[in-house]
Amino acid sequence: MIVADRKPIEEIIGYLKDHKNILVLGCNECVTVCEAGGKKEVGVLASALRMHAKKEGNEVKIDEVTLERQCDREYLDEIRDSIDQYDAVVSLACGVGVQFTAEQYHSTPVYPGVNTCFMGATEKRGLWTERCQGCGQCILATTGSICPVARCAKRLFNGPCGGSTDGKCEINAEVDCAWQLIIDRLKALDRLDEYEKLCPLKDWSTDRAGGPRKVVREDVQQ
Amino acid sequence: MRLQYPPNIRIVRVPCSGKVDLIHILHAFEKGADGVCVLACLEGDCHFNNGNLMARRRVEQAQEILNSIGIGGERAQMYNLSASEGPRFAQYVTEFTEKIKDLGPNPVKLAKNKAA
Repeated sequence: MIVADRKPIEEIIGYLKDHKNILVLGCNECVTVCEAGGKKEVGVLASALRMHAKKEGNEVKIDEVTLERQCDREYLDEIRDSIDQYDAVVSLACGVGVQFTAEQYHSTPVYPGVNTCFMGATEKRGLWTERCQGCGQCILATTGSICPVARCAKRLFNGPCGGSTDGKCEINAEVDCAWQLIIDRLKALDRLDEYEKLCPLKDWSTDRAGGPRKVVREDVQQ
Repeated sequence: MRLQYPPNIRIVRVPCSGKVDLIHILHAFEKGADGVCVLACLEGDCHFNNGNLMARRRVEQAQEILNSIGIGGERAQMYNLSASEGPRFAQYVTEFTEKIKDLGPNPVKLAKNKAA
């Protein structure tokens, strides 16, 4: 899932200082799971914004809506009839949701309510860690299902660098060396011969280096 | 045991302090409460294992938010006591009420009253 973190309330208050009718728009998907932008967080942020406005003596209307997703038009259409009442939207979805909402509603400013961080997993409640960078050419089949693109600081493809010490990365003693993990895993799977194989140069054009990307599936298009 | 405690507190009973969510605390302030204290069982004594520990974290979250919007985090407070400690309950709510009196009314309530 896409992992996001809360933005400081002061920052959001700063965006909204000139607006009087505000919609706080949550998303029921990834940001709900990582407790940054679901229905609950929408309620908390809206309540805090209402209190701040009242305290400052500003007459501000703040409503709360949480959509199933903000990255699909059919769900964003649910606010089409009511969007004209608002002069600003704070979207608690990931950066995708913020942009897609703005694309659907050209005349309403849409502000981000969270900091979108990475694609990751829930290790435990309150701890999310990165697993994928969406490089567009998945090599997990040869690396024991551990990604050196996302988890090796240098994105190395043929074993660890000299900075790997006791299974930890030189950038931080708390960060596991991805290649140590890969070797341990291949050993456990009795597939260390995979490690011996040289990984050829990777085509980075499918990564961000090739600019904004798209997936086109004509077979499913309507 | 005819204990006295301030009559201006409003008791909201919940099955466990773990039931108290951040949004409940914030809504109380939004509606004009001058202070909110959560009285929970002693740490380590929760019948549901960690309800009071969750409540403590939520009170801390509320304090952080109240500080950032200029209402004052000290208006939300956490106390731990055993269910049988009537005198301590009276002592805590008296202390808390005095503290809130010193802080003055909730600025949200003041602004609301001024507007009305």
